[in-house]
Amino acid sequence: MRLLLRGGRIIDPSQHIDEKMDLLIENGKIVKVAKNIYKAKTAAEDTASSTLKILDLRGKVVAPGLIDMHTHLREPGFEYKETIQTGSAAAAAGGFTAVACMPNTDPVNDSRSVTEFIISQAVENKLIHVYPVAAISRKSEGTTLSEFWDLKDAGAVAFSDDGKPVMNSALMRRALEYASSLNMTVISHCEDLHLSTGGVMNESFVSTELGLQGIPSMAEEVMVSRDILIAEFTGTPVHIAHVSTMGSVRLIRDAKARGVRVTAETAPHYFTLTDEAVRKFDVNAKVNPPLRGIEDVTALKEGLRDGTIDVIATDHAPQAVTDKELEFDYAASGIIGLETALGLGLKLVSSGVLSLEELIQKMSTHPARILKIPGGTLKTGSAADITVIDLEHRWTVDRDQFKSRSRNSPFHGWDIKGKAMMTIVGGDVKYQEL
Amino acid sequence: MRLTKKDLLGIQDLSVDEINLILDTAESFIEVSTREIKKVPTLRGKTIINLFMEPSTRTRTSFEIAGKRLGADTVNISATTSSVVKGETLIDMARNLEAMNPDVIVIRHNASGAPHMLAKLVKQSIINAGDGAHEHPTQALLDMMTIKARKGRIAGLRVAIIGDIAHSRVARSNIYGLTRMGAQVTVAGPATMLPRQIEQMGVTVHQHLEEAIKGVDIIMMLRIQTEREQQNIFPSLREYSRCFCLNRENIRLAKDDALVMHPGPINRGVEIAPDIADGPASVILEQVTNGVAVRMALLYLLTGGKS
Repeated sequence: MRLLLRGGRIIDPSQHIDEKMDLLIENGKIVKVAKNIYKAKTAAEDTASSTLKILDLRGKVVAPGLIDMHTHLREPGFEYKETIQTGSAAAAAGGFTAVACMPNTDPVNDSRSVTEFIISQAVENKLIHVYPVAAISRKSEGTTLSEFWDLKDAGAVAFSDDGKPVMNSALMRRALEYASSLNMTVISHCEDLHLSTGGVMNESFVSTELGLQGIPSMAEEVMVSRDILIAEFTGTPVHIAHVSTMGSVRLIRDAKARGVRVTAETAPHYFTLTDEAVRKFDVNAKVNPPLRGIEDVTALKEGLRDGTIDVIATDHAPQAVTDKELEFDYAASGIIGLETALGLGLKLVSSGVLSLEELIQKMSTHPARILKIPGGTLKTGSAADITVIDLEHRWTVDRDQFKSRSRNSPFHGWDIKGKAMMTIVGGDVKYQEL
Repeated sequence: MRLTKKDLLGIQDLSVDEINLILDTAESFIEVSTREIKKVPTLRGKTIINLFMEPSTRTRTSFEIAGKRLGADTVNISATTSSVVKGETLIDMARNLEAMNPDVIVIRHNASGAPHMLAKLVKQSIINAGDGAHEHPTQALLDMMTIKARKGRIAGLRVAIIGDIAHSRVARSNIYGLTRMGAQVTVAGPATMLPRQIEQMGVTVHQHLEEAIKGVDIIMMLRIQTEREQQNIFPSLREYSRCFCLNRENIRLAKDDALVMHPGPINRGVEIAPDIADGPASVILEQVTNGVAVRMALLYLLTGGKS
C-alpha cells in the first residue's frame, strides 16, 4: 500500500525545502518527494486496483511530524490526570508524531523497568512515538545519579529531574559529564528553590496587587547561569527547559556566542500570556515557572527570532479538576499544551516573529537533533512521520473537545487560525480532520 | 442610592461614590450600638454565615455583633470546627452552605483570592473579611470612617502606613481606599517588607519610620507577624522595634494633631509603644467601635438596603 500526498506545500527545514510537491509513502517510509510523481492516468489505475491511496493536499502544508520534547504523560502513578494513551491521542490531535515524556511519575522514571513500561505502553497504543526522559537522580531527589547507561539501553533519550531542580551544583556537574560520555543530553529545570519557595506566580506589580507570593525571575536565571557555567567548564551540552524570563534569554544568547554547548526551549504560554492572566485568580494560569511580564514575552520572541531559543515545547502538564479547583495558593501548577501549541506557534508566524519554516524547525527538526531521535525531516528513506497543517483553518479552543484527560488550559475559548489536519506516524494516519 | 454589587471583595473594585455610600450608611448605624436595646429588626429573617478559616477575634466578633444588632441570624464556622479537617475543599463546603440558603457569607481565608473563588461559585453575597495578603476591605472602610469622623475629611490628608507592607492586606485595602478618596499615602518599612513596584499603587515609599511620618496627619502602624523572623524578613523583634516602633520621641515628627491607628491585635512595645497605644493620639479602640457600624452598613446594603 502506497500513500500519495499530492499537491501540498512541502516544508522541510532539514533540507530547506519550501515548495509545492508530491510526497509518496511506501511501507511506512518516505520514498519520493517530487513534482507530479504520478501521471493522472497511472494514478487512476493504481487507485482503482487499491495499491495507491491519494490525498489531495492542495492548499495545505506538509511538514515533518511535530516533536514535543517536553511532555508530562503522568503514567505510571497519576492516571487520573493523563495516561500514555490519552496523552498520545492529544499529541496526535495537536499534530505531534512524537513526544518525550518527563520522569516525574510515581514511581519516578529512574529505572529500566519504568522506562520499558512506558515504551511498551506506547507500542501497544500504536499512536505516536513516545521517548522517555529518565531522571537525573534517583527518585529525582537530587542526591545520587540514576543509572544513565542502563536507562539509555532501556530506551531513555535524555535525562532530567524536571519538576524539581537539581539544587546540588556538584551533582549537576557530574550529570552533565556522565551524560556526555553517553552522547546524551541533560535537560535542566532551572529554579533556585530558596528563591522560589512559597511563590505561586511571577513576582511583579501584579503579585504586589494580588497579595500572592511571587517567584522572582532570578530564581530561574541564577540556575540558568549556573548550568551555563557548568557546561562551559566541562565542555558538555546542556538543554535549558521552559525558559520564561528576559534574563535567561540574555544569558543563553551570550553563552552561545561564547561557544557554550547550550540549547533552550520555551513553551507557547510563555510567549503568549503575561502574569496579567492571573489577575482574576485563574488557576489555569498557574504554572511553574510562572507566566512573566510583557518585557519577558518580548524577549522570548526575540530569542526565538534570533535563534537563542532552539525549541518550542509544550510542557504539557495535565492536572485534574480536583488538583486545580482550589484556592490559588493550593491549586496545582500546570498548563496542558499538546492540542494548542501549533495554533499558538502559528501566531508567531502571522505576527512575523518566525517564518513557517523556522516554526517547524523549532517544533520538529531541532527537538529531533537535540534528543538525537529519528524525525524532523522529510528526507527520502526516513520514516513517514508527517504533519499536515491547514494555515487558514479557523477554530475555537474548546476544552471539552480535548483528547487529553485533563482540561487545564487558559486558552479555552480562544479563536485560533491554523491547525494540524492530519497526523501520520510511520505511514499510518493517526489523526485526521480532512 | 443602593450598592448594586453582589459581593464586597475588595476596595479596589469600589468607586468613590460607593465608598461614600458605605461610610454614610455606617454613620447612621453608629447610634444603634449606643441604645439601651441594641437591636433593630432591619435584617430579621436573614441568615449570615461567618466562615473564618483563619484565627480572628476582632473581625469575627464584629461581624457577628453587626449581624445580630440588625436582627439577622448569624452562624459562625471556624477552620478547626469545620469539615476542612475532614478534607473537604472550600468549594464543596461553600456549595453545601449555599444549599442551606443563607443570605450573606462572610469569609476570612489565609489564601489570597479565596473569596473571589466563592463569589463566582455561589449566588449569595460574599463579604471578604480578609484574604491572604490581598485585601481586607472592611478594615479599610472602618479606618476611613474613623479618619473622616476625626478629621472631617479624607481628601488632602497625609497618611503614613508603617510595617510589613508586603504581607499586609490591611495596607493594600487602605492604599486603594485612601488614594481613591484623595489622601496622600506614604508607606515605610525595611526593603524586605516592601513589595515589588509598590510605588505603582500611587504611594510614596520610605525605608525609615522617621522620614515617613514627618508632617503626616495619620500614622497607621501594622502588626508585625513574628513568624516572618524565620523568613529573614527581619533579624529580630529587638532590632525591628529599635527601628520601627512608634514611640513618644519619633511621634513628634508627625503633625501635633496626628492620629495613631492600628488594625490590631497590637504587639505592645514592638511596633507601638504602650504609652502611644493608650495615649491621646490613639484612635485604636474607636476603629473597633466603627468596625461594627461599617459591617452593619455592608450587611444592610448588600441585602438590598438603600441609604
